[in-house]
Amino acid sequence: MKENIKMDVQGLALFFGKKQILKNINLSIPEGKITALIGPSGCGKSTLLRSLNRLHDLQPEARLSGKILLDGHNILHHNTNVVHLRRRVGMVFQKPNPFPMSVAENVAYGIKINNLCGKTEMQSRVEQCLRSSFLWEEVADDLEKSALELSGGQQQRLCIARAIAVEPEVILLDEPCSALDPISTAKIEELLLGLRGKFTQIIVTHNMQQAQRVADFTAFMYLGELIEFGETRQIFEQPVQELTKNYVLGHFG
Amino acid sequence: MTKLFGFAMLLAATLIVLAIIGLVLFDLLLKGAGSFSWNFLTQFPRKGMTEGGIFPAIFGTTLVTLLSTLFAMPLGIGCAVYLHEYAVDNRRTRLIRASVRNLAGVPSIVYGLFGLAVFVEGMGMGPSVLAAGCTLGLLTLPSIIATTEEALRNVPRLSREGSLALGATRWECVYTVVLPSAVPGILTGLILALSRAAGETAPILFTGVAFYARYLPASVLDEFMALPYHLYILSTQHHAIEEVRPLAYATALTLLLLVFLLNLTAFWVRSRYKS
Repeated sequence: MKENIKMDVQGLALFFGKKQILKNINLSIPEGKITALIGPSGCGKSTLLRSLNRLHDLQPEARLSGKILLDGHNILHHNTNVVHLRRRVGMVFQKPNPFPMSVAENVAYGIKINNLCGKTEMQSRVEQCLRSSFLWEEVADDLEKSALELSGGQQQRLCIARAIAVEPEVILLDEPCSALDPISTAKIEELLLGLRGKFTQIIVTHNMQQAQRVADFTAFMYLGELIEFGETRQIFEQPVQELTKNYVLGHFG
Repeated sequence: MTKLFGFAMLLAATLIVLAIIGLVLFDLLLKGAGSFSWNFLTQFPRKGMTEGGIFPAIFGTTLVTLLSTLFAMPLGIGCAVYLHEYAVDNRRTRLIRASVRNLAGVPSIVYGLFGLAVFVEGMGMGPSVLAAGCTLGLLTLPSIIATTEEALRNVPRLSREGSLALGATRWECVYTVVLPSAVPGILTGLILALSRAAGETAPILFTGVAFYARYLPASVLDEFMALPYHLYILSTQHHAIEEVRPLAYATALTLLLLVFLLNLTAFWVRSRYKS
């Protein structure tokens, strides 16, 4: 592969207490592309995703070993500034989780806590983020409305706007469409494709059509192991591993 | 059949509890309503407390309760935030938790003696609104910590992670997302703790309550009158107990109404934030 590598997972293992969830994961995430993580429920794809911005730090029983390099620096090193890391590696969750504040405040939240701009610039910056996430037209008149009043699909696009507002380098998406209807899902997918090139995106999905529609690269995981990784077309059309083939053909899942 | 029996038992238990409350209220209304009036609430006691009102006691109870909240609120919420958001599970934090639980079981008279030793004598506050407020504050601390922790526990993990994933520090996450979501629960607990403090007698007994005060406390270092203690005096210590009995009943009624009002406020706060 001739791509630039943004994140490089090397020999990653993860335990919750005594239970091993991830086994010797090696995965190179290309810069500016969309990488999909697929696999049956419980295969560890969300767990792997949450390792990439060290969200497991919140659970004391989680233990990680191996390396995750971000631009060549190991983020699992104990000296890593986790707050800074999470600004560089943003995240969108399975269920939309806007803060109980207004639409504008939701987008401004990350900008404010990271001191990315002054008050005068804030308005235009919020607008720009809402435009990039295809939400501006729908909320331009009610920026002061509570974000909780938006529809599920709008909330999820707001969460994406909120994530890109802090100008991360990588965006982690944890099944971002699983709680949405097909039309909202289509909008989100269009949005992700629009952000391609600007951000490195890693998306966990249980929907194989979605992976084929949006992802440049796909990684197939099974029982905590990375079985196969390659260009999306290759994974779905000419999988090397028998297991991958059975999964993408829908023989199990 | 057993289901029906269980239901009947529950119904009976509920009815018995309601009947007891009803009986107490009925008794208080029957014997106290005659003396209960606007003047009773707004005037000073007169003629050796055989006439007039209980205004200084209402004022004193309100003041000392508010002061206790002022003292216990930051301490209790701070402690709960530390325990729930920061503390890892180790020996030291387990010890703190155990202490808080034990504190909740200490008899209120012990708080009174502690207040006498520490606030009145040790810190030289003298018997005063301040010393009594601090003592009552200590008494309510365990329940404030417990209800605040409960409120923090109810904040969904997803909200916290949403904030942290944007590069918020732990404190920024607590301050901007967790605490605002927990406010209704915290407020409810606070008001319920307050209503308990308002009715306590033992903790203020040695720390500042006065048998009779001619004036309202001019500063927090003055002694004060309080409803529960006034009630105690009227019903056991007065030189003409039979004569002031209606006043005692009316005082009890006032105290009950005050506590009821506080509980109602708590109820209102909770339902308002829920919608």
